[in-house]
Amino acid sequence: MAVLLACSLVFALPAHAAKKLNVITATTDLASLAQEVGGDKIDVEAIAKGYQDPHFVEAKPSFLLKLRHADLLVVVGLDLEIGWLPPLITQSGNPHIQPASAGYLDASQFAEILEKPQGQVSRAMGDVHPLGNPHYWLDPENGRRVAKGISNKLAEMDPPNASYYQQRFQDFDKRLTAAEQNWDAQMKPYNGRKIVTYHKSWPNFAKHFNLDVVGYIEPRPGIPPTPGHTIELIQQMKRDNVKIIMVEPYFDLKTPNNIASGTGGKVLVMLPSVGGEKEITDYFKLFDYDIGLLKKAFDETK
Amino acid sequence: MTSCFGFSQAAPAPAQASSGSQATDQKIKDLEERVIALEGQLRMLESKQQAVAAPPTTTAPATPSPTSQAAAPEQAEVTAENGQVPVYGGATGQAKALNPDISLIGDFLAAVGHNTARPVPTLEMHETELGLQAIIDPYARADAFISFGEEGVNLEEGYLTFTALPAGIVARAGKMRAAFGKVNTLHNHVLPWTDRPLVTENLVGGEDGINDAGLSVTRAFEGPKGLFIEGTGQVFRGDSDDVFKSIRREDVSTVGHVRAYKDITESTNLDIGASYSRGHNDAGLLSAPQFQNDFVTSLYGADATLRWKPLRRSIYHSFVGRTEFVWSDRQQFPAAQHAFGMYASGDYQLARRWFVGARYDHSERARDSAQLDQGGSLVLTYWPSEFAQLRAQYRHTDYAEQQNVNELRLQLQFAMGAHGAHPF
Repeated sequence: MAVLLACSLVFALPAHAAKKLNVITATTDLASLAQEVGGDKIDVEAIAKGYQDPHFVEAKPSFLLKLRHADLLVVVGLDLEIGWLPPLITQSGNPHIQPASAGYLDASQFAEILEKPQGQVSRAMGDVHPLGNPHYWLDPENGRRVAKGISNKLAEMDPPNASYYQQRFQDFDKRLTAAEQNWDAQMKPYNGRKIVTYHKSWPNFAKHFNLDVVGYIEPRPGIPPTPGHTIELIQQMKRDNVKIIMVEPYFDLKTPNNIASGTGGKVLVMLPSVGGEKEITDYFKLFDYDIGLLKKAFDETK
Repeated sequence: MTSCFGFSQAAPAPAQASSGSQATDQKIKDLEERVIALEGQLRMLESKQQAVAAPPTTTAPATPSPTSQAAAPEQAEVTAENGQVPVYGGATGQAKALNPDISLIGDFLAAVGHNTARPVPTLEMHETELGLQAIIDPYARADAFISFGEEGVNLEEGYLTFTALPAGIVARAGKMRAAFGKVNTLHNHVLPWTDRPLVTENLVGGEDGINDAGLSVTRAFEGPKGLFIEGTGQVFRGDSDDVFKSIRREDVSTVGHVRAYKDITESTNLDIGASYSRGHNDAGLLSAPQFQNDFVTSLYGADATLRWKPLRRSIYHSFVGRTEFVWSDRQQFPAAQHAFGMYASGDYQLARRWFVGARYDHSERARDSAQLDQGGSLVLTYWPSEFAQLRAQYRHTDYAEQQNVNELRLQLQFAMGAHGAHPF
């Protein structure tokens, strides 16, 4: 009798009381933002690691099982994951996370998108993203917008906890505003400083912190550096007195180091994503790390 | 007093200006946020038009959603009768957003060397593959690959994948490459060689392979200790190149494949599989009518793939080792043939654009297992970009009827459009 009573009590509990929403994100940054607003009401896991190139992730079968059990899939969008995520979604056997389904959330819809190609787009421009640059999370303002979008989505999927997600977002918003004031203050002395980056990963970051990206090590997006372009870039850096070369952790440092030695510049391995280093465990630490690195480098190359 | 008065008069002015400026700033910020939100909504609207057509019914199109009406006003006018698929005309600029992703992959081959056993032209536009891929509705997507070769046009694959079935089942219907081993599932442009291994040529139908109209059901399971297990069952009409031949309607062929995958580390993984296929063969065509259905080919396969790709340098270095073993039991007159074949290969990425590889081939022939072909290849591949590929393959083969065949094969491949990624 006692067993029957216990069983009936267990089954009488509403499903949402016991079950957390299972959220899978394409990248660690989205996972961090989802965790900020989802708190202990969600389980969240990213597919790509923070130190790997998000354009080129292997569509491993082990990811299928994660997607199979997902209630919500959050993607960067703008074709960033086009080379690996679509077959995983198709083969996952999970109807809830198929594109345009209720459990599929394209975070780019909430963000300010830069570098939308104008006019004719062709592969002669390299591996361009016709819908705009997908590295938008590197502007904290976009982080806030995406977090709000995820919070609203979680509230829609889990109405009993809607106020919880809303409150988590408000708390995140406050902490982000305070952190942003601190980051802006740290970067203010370097407003307008010219930099070179390896790939076009930093337009949103540069816009927010008022940095001037004057060149790229890649001659075109996705095209490896060529000797001719490298020589031109060295000349340009000397002409414009550019000393900072920002490189993502998944690119080879040989060419950046050669350019640095030819210009008296400094190579910075900047992290574009949470988890790029072990200690970068959340969205706040990502900016703390990158801004700390930049500030030190600017001071050293005055 | 004056100063006091003056102060009291002057002080609120900057404060008012400041608060006015703050209010203006806030208004501008709010407007910026609104513009960003509207831009995002517009992007999503456009992508939804591509992703979702109106919910389907089997006999007539459902009422188009406001967005689809806006996208293609003609759709509201079109009605389908007797379950026919409606045809939408007059594609406007917005209606084009509903077009499938279109891609084209060209494969140009050149060969030097003396090969009378299996000759190929000196220069050939071997294949031009046109890919059309789209989400059909909330429940399915479709993929079609049409191959234009020197011998004509061929539907390489054209199938519907049902993505919204219960219990994690993924089903396909249409013409497709069978899930027998690894190489049989791969299109030419994703092979790490300019050709296919001898075992594929001799026992599994060559370039076309086991590729037929049929149905496929796949289900993945989570095994112990993070093991990924996938089971696939397929039924085909029974016509696949020279492997299977269907004489009666009930002469369907079947394929079963079980795959186990394990991440050994975050950079290394192992993928092993076992395959089985059975169908009637063309030996029946030469027999008396009462014996036509007695000739069956059974294929057994085992495959293993070891991959290594360090995540921090994944665009520069990687290694893939592959091997497949195939056993063929072919019933034919006067005696059944039991043939075996295998290949083993390794491909290493030296730099972002450079790959080297080697392959060993060994295979008996399905129709005469006494005939043995063996060979080996060395491969060098260069990628000018992600969308073009140059490859050179030196191939040495000892065919049963011709020994010491040395060939140099050169390949140029190029891709245009949005070709969706292939399964891992």
